[in-house]
Amino acid sequence: MAYIEIRGLSKSFVTSGSRRDVLANVTLSIERGEFVTIVGAMGSGKSTLLNIVAGLCAPDEGTVTVSGELTREIRRDAALVFQNYSLLPWFSALENVRLAVNAAFPNQTRQEQLARARRNLERVGLTNAEHRRPGQLSGGMRQRVAIARAFAIEPEILFLDEPFGALDALTRETLQQELAQLCCDGRRVTTLMITNSVEEALLLSDRIVPMTHGPRATLGSPIAVDLPRPRTKALLTHDQDARRVRATVVAALTSGTNRRVGSRPHPAAPLSVPLSLAKAEGEP
Amino acid sequence: MLRVRVTQTLLPGVGVGLALLLWWWASVAVPDLPSPVRTWQESKIYILEPFEKRGEMDQGIGLLAYYSLVRVGQGFLLGIAIATPLGFLLGVSKILTRMFDPVMQILRPISPLAWLPLGLILFQKSEPAALFAIAVCSMWPTVINTMAGVRAIPQDYWNVAKVLRLSRTTTFIKIVVPATLPYIFTGYRLSLGIAWLVIVASEMLTGTPGVGGFLWQEYNSLVYAHILLAILTIGIVGFVLDRLMGIAEARLRTI
Repeated sequence: MAYIEIRGLSKSFVTSGSRRDVLANVTLSIERGEFVTIVGAMGSGKSTLLNIVAGLCAPDEGTVTVSGELTREIRRDAALVFQNYSLLPWFSALENVRLAVNAAFPNQTRQEQLARARRNLERVGLTNAEHRRPGQLSGGMRQRVAIARAFAIEPEILFLDEPFGALDALTRETLQQELAQLCCDGRRVTTLMITNSVEEALLLSDRIVPMTHGPRATLGSPIAVDLPRPRTKALLTHDQDARRVRATVVAALTSGTNRRVGSRPHPAAPLSVPLSLAKAEGEP
Repeated sequence: MLRVRVTQTLLPGVGVGLALLLWWWASVAVPDLPSPVRTWQESKIYILEPFEKRGEMDQGIGLLAYYSLVRVGQGFLLGIAIATPLGFLLGVSKILTRMFDPVMQILRPISPLAWLPLGLILFQKSEPAALFAIAVCSMWPTVINTMAGVRAIPQDYWNVAKVLRLSRTTTFIKIVVPATLPYIFTGYRLSLGIAWLVIVASEMLTGTPGVGGFLWQEYNSLVYAHILLAILTIGIVGFVLDRLMGIAEARLRTI
């Protein structure tokens, strides 16, 4: 049995009398130390899926187990990074990280906790900004604080909910590289990321799982990304293997949309797939 | 620059001038009403020697205002000491809100004049009765604002608490209180305004020394100029209190 087992998850929301099935029969296995990315369009139910797997909300049907243990609430050894940073505006960067450290390591002294918080801020290059509040930080810096906070509790599992979705293109690229570094060096943290960017998925993942459009979204078959690390943007554009993997992912995503009868693609939320590529290498 | 100065100092001055003119005109029409000048002449001893104590009610206006302020302060503190935790409880618990909402809606519009006799029955003395009336009347804005503040906490912050697995106490201290603080202070500001309204009524009824008690006594002694002095004092003190709370509130808003 795999480290994380997601079995037959279904979820629907009832809003103003009408029932909306968001997820239908989602199944996925994740091995220990693996970096798995679920790619899908905005509004496809990815976030709902991640929230259920992380234990933030309960599924209607199905189970999530970690090492055979059923997930009912947020696990002590799991950390989450949200798209909108979720920092507390009245605390400095350092205090934000220490709040997490304090909750995760309550037996450590204040000094030890502060040292740990500082160490993790240093890893994301924010030593000089530790006393600034989120309001005084740029989007990229805020997300660095959030990442430092996630790593500070030394998680076994990391959940990333479109971690770079709110950032400008340049900052996003920098942070993707930094995250790749953090995930590579030292102990491998089991990571489940969701994103709408095939590029981002290719850069970071061991496996990519395409998600069909909601309503009644479900997962396609996982695609292995056997590319050497560290990966660079140049490698992803020029390497033959990389191009092949990308084409497979894009094909799985686009065919998933077409196959599903009665589902309407979200008009305002296209996938961030280069159109030329999608056309040129369409179906394998 | 000049335009700014004109709008900031001259225009309010014109407004005050017009109000005085209206007062003067009214004093001509109603002979019993003292004119602004007569009011000043008859009450200047109270203003120029604000902390002089000549008798129980015959005291400088500063001293009288001080008595009232102390009483208001006590009643207000008592009120918010009850209202703030109550607001938090109602904000967190939908069940408690359902339970107490009708009670609150019925108690809220009751006039201080109605609470005071009840206070006298309960406490037998005028001083605690006055505090009771002030506390009961002034607590509602704080209860309602604190409640609204807790409900307005973004889901993001609750998620932080969940994700970091914060204890209830930590969540309360590190998230709920800071997130609600601006709302609470708006509540305090409104509550203090009401407390100051109530003080006059309660002093008038109980005859205790203070601005309200002074006002009532001077009315009974037919010294109408002093009534106007008391009214102006009440207005000015109320204005200053509101401004002070406004400053405190603005400071918290910057968070």
